[in-house]
Amino acid sequence: MTPMTRKRRDVREAAIKAFFFTSGILAVLVLLGIFLTLLTTAVPAFREIKIAEFLGHSRWDPTSPEEAEYGLLAMIVSTLMVTAGALLLAVPIGIGVAAYLSDVAHVRTREILKPVIEILAGIPSVVVGFLGIVLFGPALAKLFHTGNGLNALNGSVLLAVMSLPTIISISEDSLNAVPRVYAEASLALGASRWQTLVRVKLPAALSGVIAAVMLGMGRAIGETMTVLMATGNARAFPHGLLDSVRTMTAGIAIELGEVPYYTTHYYALFAIGLVLFVMTFAVNLVADVVLRKYQEREQ
Amino acid sequence: MKKITVIALATLTLLAGLLLGAKMIQIKGSDTMVNLIQILAEEYMGKNPAIPIAVLGGGSGTGITGLINQICDIANSSREWKPKEIDQAWDKGVTPRSFVVAVDGLSIIVNEKNAVEQLTIAQVGALYRGEVKNWKAVGGASLAVSLYGRQSNSGTYVFMQEHVLGNKNYSTDMKEMNGNAQIVEGVLQDEGAVGYVGVGYLHDEKGRIRKGLKVLKISKEPNGAGYLPTDKAAVDSGAYPIARPLYMATNGKPKGDVARLLSWIVGPEGQAIVEREGFFTIGEGKYKAANDKNFK
Repeated sequence: MTPMTRKRRDVREAAIKAFFFTSGILAVLVLLGIFLTLLTTAVPAFREIKIAEFLGHSRWDPTSPEEAEYGLLAMIVSTLMVTAGALLLAVPIGIGVAAYLSDVAHVRTREILKPVIEILAGIPSVVVGFLGIVLFGPALAKLFHTGNGLNALNGSVLLAVMSLPTIISISEDSLNAVPRVYAEASLALGASRWQTLVRVKLPAALSGVIAAVMLGMGRAIGETMTVLMATGNARAFPHGLLDSVRTMTAGIAIELGEVPYYTTHYYALFAIGLVLFVMTFAVNLVADVVLRKYQEREQ
Repeated sequence: MKKITVIALATLTLLAGLLLGAKMIQIKGSDTMVNLIQILAEEYMGKNPAIPIAVLGGGSGTGITGLINQICDIANSSREWKPKEIDQAWDKGVTPRSFVVAVDGLSIIVNEKNAVEQLTIAQVGALYRGEVKNWKAVGGASLAVSLYGRQSNSGTYVFMQEHVLGNKNYSTDMKEMNGNAQIVEGVLQDEGAVGYVGVGYLHDEKGRIRKGLKVLKISKEPNGAGYLPTDKAAVDSGAYPIARPLYMATNGKPKGDVARLLSWIVGPEGQAIVEREGFFTIGEGKYKAANDKNFK
């Protein structure tokens, strides 16, 4: 190799390195920028609203002709309720499907099913929301004799549908990543395929499955359009899954379009965004930590 | 291959249209008005193909904010501008001028299975404030009231709050829907439902009241005569208590294409379409006089 080509290669190497470094740093900077914008726009809200009132009261009515009220509690509880309902539905089904795909299904079945399930993740949320209005809502109304199906349960069902692809796909990957020798040893010792799956493979893949559930949860908490269309958006404090609820994301979406800029109401909407950001960040952080632990064990 | 070429050409034309969109008239706002204005715009474009018009909904509040922030040429609203909004507009150098383009009989609707036929304004207010929770209290069967309403960016939400609820809070149990059409869908399915929508949303394609829907007669006083929002004479005379003008607002005196569009809408051709779509015309009285003043 002549020194000339080596020099040229070094330059190219350096350029490529710089490119990737810039892209990486850019992503971090953008994220930091978003967080700072959110923080600086949310903080002025608390010049007029007490934090205790914001997080502890449940009446939200910023455009009230009587007295503007900024209590977020009902919306926080609604968000958690809809998300918890979604996970109760999606986790057992998701893990079941993942186990089926990795252990029971024929190779050809799996090769067809898995991409199909992953495509499910690409359905626009407005389409899912529409299904909630015309299909699941009336069905739930008939089932529970509630008159209408615009309630938290409807939102939960739809969010479950939306988070299933994430949960199934990642759980299946982690079940597949369990070393073959584990299953072979278990079968050789006389365990049945069911026992092998439940007592050997699932525990071995547990951290991956937990990460899958956490990512699915992150998807459910942040979803806006679907719940906005399907849950009825009543501001009352919810007492059960059959009550109409308004989630934090729906609250922001409803009010941000008309709010006069740089008013307490405007800042308060960003404060809701901040609360939501902290919640999803916590969920993703936990998922990340769990996933990392799982990868370390794999090595 | 041919298909692809067609799609590519269509996309290109669309993109070119968007890029040259500087001349396009942007209209935004009231969801009650969006269908009506869309149809008016299509008819107008049929006659004047050179002037593209884009009509968006989003609610009166959204349209007004849009005009203040100068991202649209005309703001539709089903309520008057609030003094606060006019102040904000002036602060940004925007001088709104409102034109009445149609009259709406705000309609209170229930499911056809509901036995109630008529309510007073006060009773409707009590329902929406959450003071009456069972239909029995207003002459119906024993059935829980299920409230359907709009979101706070809606002009209809604000109009109801001012003129029917007496400037009191809505019940927090009210389901807050995205638009008039969603309220109608909800009321069709829910036996205990009550909803409020613009009169243009009551009819099917054949011009009849939609099947499964019942429009309530509204009276001013208990035991007083009740009127339907579809009754033109009652709306015109003010006997129907919750009729309201629908507005289109511009920044300053309307000029050029915008002015021509507006005067076509308030003229005989536009008003004929307004009537055909189930709303009421502005007539020759005070609305026309106010419009004429604002055109100058």
